[in-house]
Amino acid sequence: MWRYAVPLVILGVLAAFFLRGLELRPGYIPSPLIGEQLPEFELPSLTDPAASVTADNLRGQVSLLNVWGTWCIECRHEHGFLVELAESGVPIYGLNWQDKREDALYWLSTLGNPYVASAFDPQGVLAVDLGVYAAPETFLIGRDGKILHKHISPLTPEVWRRDFLPLIAEECGSLPCPLVGPE
Amino acid sequence: MMPELGQLALVLVLCLGLVQATLPLAGAALGRAEWMALARPTAAGQFVFAALAFGILAHAFLTNDFSVQYVALNSNTELPTFYKFAAVWGGHEGSLLFWITVLAIWTLAVAWSARAYPPEFTSRVLAVLGIVSVGVTSFTLLTSNPFLRLTPPAFDGNDLNPLLQDPAMVLHPPMLYIGYVGTSVPFAFAVAALLTGRLNRDWARWARPWTIVAWLFLTLGIALGSWWAYYELGWGGWWFWDPVENASFMPWLIGTALIHSLAVTERRGIFKSWSVLLAIAAFSLSLLGTFLVRSGVLVSVHAFASDPTRGLYILMLLAVISGGALMLYALRARYLEAEGGFKLVSRESFLLANNILLVIATGAVLFGTLYPMVHDALGLGVISVGPPYFNLMFVLPMLPLVLLLGIGMHAVWKSMAAAVLWKRLKWLAVGALVAGGALPWVLFGTTSIMTMLGVIAGLWVCAASLLDPVRRYTVARHLPPLTRAQWGMALAHLGVGLFVLGATVTSAYTVERDFSTRPGETLRAGDYEFVFVGLREVAGPNYDGIEAEFELRRDGELVATMRPQQRTYRVQQQTLPEAAILSGLHRDVLVTLGESLGAGAWSVRLQVKPLVRFIWLGAVVMALGGLLAATDRRYRQPVREPARAKAAGAPVPAEQRS
Repeated sequence: MWRYAVPLVILGVLAAFFLRGLELRPGYIPSPLIGEQLPEFELPSLTDPAASVTADNLRGQVSLLNVWGTWCIECRHEHGFLVELAESGVPIYGLNWQDKREDALYWLSTLGNPYVASAFDPQGVLAVDLGVYAAPETFLIGRDGKILHKHISPLTPEVWRRDFLPLIAEECGSLPCPLVGPE
Repeated sequence: MMPELGQLALVLVLCLGLVQATLPLAGAALGRAEWMALARPTAAGQFVFAALAFGILAHAFLTNDFSVQYVALNSNTELPTFYKFAAVWGGHEGSLLFWITVLAIWTLAVAWSARAYPPEFTSRVLAVLGIVSVGVTSFTLLTSNPFLRLTPPAFDGNDLNPLLQDPAMVLHPPMLYIGYVGTSVPFAFAVAALLTGRLNRDWARWARPWTIVAWLFLTLGIALGSWWAYYELGWGGWWFWDPVENASFMPWLIGTALIHSLAVTERRGIFKSWSVLLAIAAFSLSLLGTFLVRSGVLVSVHAFASDPTRGLYILMLLAVISGGALMLYALRARYLEAEGGFKLVSRESFLLANNILLVIATGAVLFGTLYPMVHDALGLGVISVGPPYFNLMFVLPMLPLVLLLGIGMHAVWKSMAAAVLWKRLKWLAVGALVAGGALPWVLFGTTSIMTMLGVIAGLWVCAASLLDPVRRYTVARHLPPLTRAQWGMALAHLGVGLFVLGATVTSAYTVERDFSTRPGETLRAGDYEFVFVGLREVAGPNYDGIEAEFELRRDGELVATMRPQQRTYRVQQQTLPEAAILSGLHRDVLVTLGESLGAGAWSVRLQVKPLVRFIWLGAVVMALGGLLAATDRRYRQPVREPARAKAAGAPVPAEQRS
């Protein structure tokens, strides 16, 4: 009977994915949100529960919105590069996703805080609006609040040079543009 | 000279394995007794040479033979002797040799007790184990030879990863490997049953104690790993849903399902093809775990040095061994006929629910573990699926499981009236509801729905597990004493209850505070005061460090002096916190010394974790229950003559058996 073959088929599908997994590099997908306005939001700030972070904070400059959580091992891998970017003058806003405040603060105090401000989103309200699959994801936000680019998986110097810098140059045009990142 | 001997011994293991994997199988198919008879001596031979190879590698470590690459990479003259021995399985190559050795021990044990089984069956079981052995041994020799020489030899070694220099870490991998590899035994039994084409209840009776023993080692191994992560990583977490942890947890979940499914097959002659499938799945998940950990397809905090060639080889192993078994299953499973039926309210129904829920939980963990990889394979990037997903998806099937568990234990086989169950359990249920609903609030002042549910479930399972033993020694003395199997069941389930209580209370009521502090200051966390007395420098055999001293006070009275350290291991220049832990059954207090923040200030994390010990106590009690169940009389008795006569495993009509 065919139903006894189901486990074999499942194993076959898994094996195909494993085979692919062995030879792959992180990729990139377009998001339906690209070119759209950043959804309006107002979330408490991670470092100061009384203050809030809103979509307006990100307007008026080219900036990054980085989705992270202390439970996310890949986030830990990209954190060093985020700190470098921030030190070189790139404004990075954080979206702390499905996390505990004390864990997130401990993380920032031990690993360094690259964020101008982090929105605290334990329920994942904004993450749903942004169509976040899983951390880490990084959005490039234009001066008028438009989403220019979305990167899934850790941000690395190669990705930064290859995908972010050309878009930033285009967005800035002839205007002075601080967003070059570390050399 | 010695390392070459070790390699030769490993080649001999492979050669003997090749004989063991082929001739007995052919002999069983063609009915040639002299070929079948080869299975047991080759198993013994494999053991001798595997143990020899292992001993030689251990010798190389103990004598600081840095001409062996693996030793040079994982040891150091300053490493304490105890850890030199543990370093044998501390890296990829050595752990594979350990895998082979453990497989040889299991095979030898099966060969030893196989005198009780029909010869065709024995030779098939041992041949399947031989196939596994050939796969792993050839993998080791071709891609991960632990005996490779280093020319010129290193002057001194690179040291063992500091994270692994810990007593629990010495025991954790062996326990886990014994469990992992042990799942190959029920797997071999299942494949042998499929090859035979039919299986009777003796099959389940033979397979079950092996399954339980493998499972109990897995239980202890996972618990040790969790305990190690708890105090060594210094973050106070006890489970991280890391891919490597999941890799060991999935075979455990399926193994748990298998133990319960085999109980039904053994008693009632049903769930046969299901038991066989679970046995195949348990071992396949063990292999899958090996693949995930060693191939580099997943990023993990404790991944081995990864290598795609190795990944490809393990994938091939998985395809051949699991694929072969599942192919056989697809062709033959329909011949495994059920010998009876059961009613809705019966122990069978509860065990079926147990199996379904455990499989769902395993599926959720598997999906969460593989999702990042599948995501990557589809070209969508590398991502991480975090504890929020796992906690939710795992608790959803587990909550009904533990609630049903308390009822199922008291249900009888075949059919019973629901009213009888209700009459027996209603006061326990009411008691657990009231106590579980009220206690968290009374003791800790706050509560939530999930906390109440968790405490109710934990108390309910504990009470339901103790009901039979308590009755038997009080009001029901006239009944015969409990068998070891019954004691085992009660204890194992009590362990589940303790675990649920510990996990719930710890998650809900941990107090965790981070400070930037200087000597002389007093900090507070929960009911405790921590007086930061001072700092001093310390030096261990292979590390230097800073030790802080804290006086732990409660209501002004000194409870203990705690000395957390920040160690820097000299060779690898890795800095690790060594938390100070004051442990107690009702709560643990942890002090972790973090980084120096400059100007004399230090970052310090204080944690008070109520009932956290129940998590591991629960696991130990479960394992103890397993031990009792595995040594029940019916498993120790030699096979009765009629069963032996049914050599090919012909089904025996139900009425003759019970």
